[in-house]
Amino acid sequence: MIGNLDYATLQQLWWIIIAIVGALFVFLIFVQGGQTLLKQVAETEIEKTLILTSLGRKWELTFTTLVLFGGALFAAFPKFYATSFGGAYWVWMLILFSFIIQAVSYEYRAKENNFLGSETYESFLLINGVVGVLLIGAAVGTFYTGSNFTLDMYNRVTWNYVLFGLNLRGLEAAFSLFNLSLAIFLLFNARVTGASYLLNSIDFSSNPGLETRLRESVKKNFLISLPFLLYVLFSILLMKGFGVDKAGVVSLVSFKYLFNLFAMPSLLALLLAGILLVVLGVYLTSFKTSYRGIWFNGLGTFFVGFVVLCLPALNNTAFYPSKLDLQSSLTIHNASSSMFTLTAMTYVAIGIPFVLAYIVYVWKLMDSKKLTVEEIQNEESY
Amino acid sequence: MTHIDLSVVNWARAQFALTAMYHWIFVPLTLGLSFLCAFFESIYVRTGKKEWLSITKFWMTLFGINFAIGVATGIILEFEFGTNWSNYSWMVGDIFGAPLAIEGLFAFFLEATFFAVMFFGWNRVSKRFHLFSTWMVAVGSNLSAVWILVANGWMQNPVGMVFNPNTARFEMNSFFKLVFNPVAVSKFIHTSSSGFLFASLFVLTISSWYLIKGRHVEMAKKSIVVAAVFGLLASSFVAMTGDTSAYEVSQKQPMKLAAIEGLYKGQTKAPIVALGILNTDKKVGDNQKSFVAKIEIPYLLSILANHSFTAFVPGIDDLVYGNKTYGIEGAASKMVKGRKAIKDLELFKNARKDKNTAKAAAALKDFKINQAYLGYGYLDKPEEAAPPVAVPYYAFHIMVGLGTLFPLLFAAFLFFSIKNTLVEKRWLLPLGFISVFLGLIAQESGWVVAEVGRQPWAISGLLPVKMATSNLDPQNIQITFFMFFGLFTLLLVAEIKIMLKQISTGFEEGGDLK
Ligand code: HDD
Ligand code: HEM
Ligand code: HEM
Repeated sequence: MIGNLDYATLQQLWWIIIAIVGALFVFLIFVQGGQTLLKQVAETEIEKTLILTSLGRKWELTFTTLVLFGGALFAAFPKFYATSFGGAYWVWMLILFSFIIQAVSYEYRAKENNFLGSETYESFLLINGVVGVLLIGAAVGTFYTGSNFTLDMYNRVTWNYVLFGLNLRGLEAAFSLFNLSLAIFLLFNARVTGASYLLNSIDFSSNPGLETRLRESVKKNFLISLPFLLYVLFSILLMKGFGVDKAGVVSLVSFKYLFNLFAMPSLLALLLAGILLVVLGVYLTSFKTSYRGIWFNGLGTFFVGFVVLCLPALNNTAFYPSKLDLQSSLTIHNASSSMFTLTAMTYVAIGIPFVLAYIVYVWKLMDSKKLTVEEIQNEESY
Repeated sequence: MTHIDLSVVNWARAQFALTAMYHWIFVPLTLGLSFLCAFFESIYVRTGKKEWLSITKFWMTLFGINFAIGVATGIILEFEFGTNWSNYSWMVGDIFGAPLAIEGLFAFFLEATFFAVMFFGWNRVSKRFHLFSTWMVAVGSNLSAVWILVANGWMQNPVGMVFNPNTARFEMNSFFKLVFNPVAVSKFIHTSSSGFLFASLFVLTISSWYLIKGRHVEMAKKSIVVAAVFGLLASSFVAMTGDTSAYEVSQKQPMKLAAIEGLYKGQTKAPIVALGILNTDKKVGDNQKSFVAKIEIPYLLSILANHSFTAFVPGIDDLVYGNKTYGIEGAASKMVKGRKAIKDLELFKNARKDKNTAKAAAALKDFKINQAYLGYGYLDKPEEAAPPVAVPYYAFHIMVGLGTLFPLLFAAFLFFSIKNTLVEKRWLLPLGFISVFLGLIAQESGWVVAEVGRQPWAISGLLPVKMATSNLDPQNIQITFFMFFGLFTLLLVAEIKIMLKQISTGFEEGGDLK
């Protein structure tokens, strides 16, 4: 069956797979969101350890999803991989930096003789949570607002955005209100899901104060994120988009993303469902006493993330548009790998459900009991 | 093509080498220690003895400390293909990206998922499931080695692909050829076994230190027995697979072989240099002696390279200038063909742009004749086809020298363990103590052989490194070079300090766990 798929279908399929992985990542950055809450919600050393041990059992999943996201883009859309990483150099380097310092922090923070001191590792986690998430948000924003590059006939990328004599190489994404709003929304939403996750995973019987503070922060962070979400949504509905015609010529089309939503009603449905689920999750945790908010706002975040990634790519849209030269823009058709590779990789992708299945199984097994104070005092903890 | 900024090339290489070499400090330990932990835990589950549990937990703690920094240094490498080598990524992403994606999907998730169980699951899952998780971490780590080495093996010996003149890119045409590339296979078995060897040395080092200090004597002795058995097997296997690797090199990358042996003029009945000091003034094509002094073992190179006493082993000069007698085509002649191929490709592109099908077809036909030499067309002079000699030469000899030493070391440890006289062997324990440092030297040397010996090619014979870069100002890469250098060094120091602290705290004696 896979062998019979035509090239255009494979390209769409692979973008959808990328969007799923990306959306999973957007969900899993509840870890980063949780990291940014540490200083605000933990009042004692025990509470800190509870939070970090709980997040510490999940950080690798987020991290690995980011790695897979990179790898899958490399294999399926190598031209994007080459253009974006080689072009928007500084954005990606700073994102990576913020993940490098995260990777050691859980393991090293509480160990004796850890050289840099616990506070340093805690601030590494804070930097990773804030800077990493903001930059990723801004990078995703450029799928809608475009970037400053051109490609020559050999597809060598030239990046050109000079400020005070410096080529910013992607950092200029922060100068767009849209990109900024998306980034800020992502950050505060990650804080919402982070707090919701912690509510679900910790046993609060000896720390009721922590529970109250977490519930409070779900509400507060949601309220902060709301205007940014609304701004992003309205902009998407109203803005011009980068359409591609039959001959592959890219042009600016009014209300392109709005049309895309109508052309793909399932995306519209997912978007609405996603937003509702996020709101429901917040309602259940801040106004009721449920511990299961994460399943609702987590799933909602996944849906919204999926739509945000699909909307600028499917339905003849250029997903990595160039502001300097429209015809250099990347589409899923001109940026993909060959039919042979996409077919081979689709066979490989049959493995994805199995991987997801054991991840879910182990997650359930490990989270069936809540994390208690006795456990962090008597066993391995961060 | 656009002009090439050599300082970008060199900084990008330096940065890649730096990050890869840091990654390789931690990875081999992960590859081997994960299995050792699985062995220790299996013994514990079998015997139910608490001391094996504390042995397991002790080595697992060290594993976790090392693992974290392995992951930290790994993520940057994956993205560096895009940031530093974007032209490469674009030209070969179809082929090279695939194993990387598969590695992420199948290997890294396995590790990440079961890692959490291994550390935090002691009282959350059953004993058996915990043991299973530990094994899965070991399998996952080594699976990641499979896929990354498939990618690397392909750079050394590109197979399973065709050049698509329409897009000027290489495209995959056989997934199985890519995966079962003989170079990838020999690389994997040599590399993973070298990781097992390295982790065994790590256990020897720490355990010897305890024995020297007279602490945790029983635990240390037990650890040593397991490590010595595993290490003896692994080190013998490393030597055997090293020979296979050398054979593959001689078949697929004769220039690399010539460089690591310092062989300028090809020979039949070629001897191997056991020990030798290179003449640093020697240049490709001149008549100076290549060695200041050397000790040789006759015939051995011919046997190693071609499995025959009398086989001709080409030297650097033969490969650069050609050797008619033995039918070896030199880089000089390949360059001429390569330039022709570049020109025909240009003609083909232009004819297509002008929609002149007849002209395009003719140009394509011409191009196909010389297409295999395309990469050589980008070299400026034939001598450029040779890698630097001294670095891979010394690196290779250090690796092989140490490689013959390690099986003896493990055998000695095993022998005296069995006789239960290890503690008295005051001459052996210090040797065991320094062994992990020797192992690290061998590890890094191995990669220097493989990667420096591959120069000037990013993809052997097809794409020179200088054509693979991104269009960056060198300052960008310089800044990140020093950022990584500083950060990784800081983290390395932190890792070492934490490890030393854990080691000096030692095992939980008597099995009564906290
Ligand atoms: C403890 C580490 C260690 C030890 C003792 C040895 N090796 Fe090794 N060697 C490696 C660790 C290593 C490595 C780091 O794993 C490399 C780097 C690239 C690779 O594929 O494996 C390697 C590469 C490598 C290569 C280059 C492969 C290529 O360029 O593709 C050759 C020819 C050998 N080895 C041969 C040997 C021989 C004949 C040994 C004699 C006993 C030996 N190695 C011991
Ligand atoms: C982790 C072990 C590795 C080490 C220690 C290592 C070491 C090095 C070194 C020393 C160089 C510089 C060579 C020079 O410029 O003279 C280099 C270059 C490079 N290596 Fe590796 N390498 C490793 C693994 C890999 C793997 C697995 C891949 C591919 C999958 C790879 C791909 C490259 C590339 C693309 C370059 C840059 C281009 C070049 O100089 O050839 N390396 N590496
Ligand atoms: C230059 C090419 C390489 C790249 C791009 C690369 C990439 C990565 C990445 C992204 C990670 C983090 C994975 C995670 O999220 O858990 C990682 C870790 C790891 N890599 Fe590499 N790697 C390279 C070389 C190698 C080599 C040559 C091997 C083995 C032969 C290897 C084996 C591992 C292992 C076992 C880990 C697990 C963590 C640890 O190091 O302790 N890598 N690598």
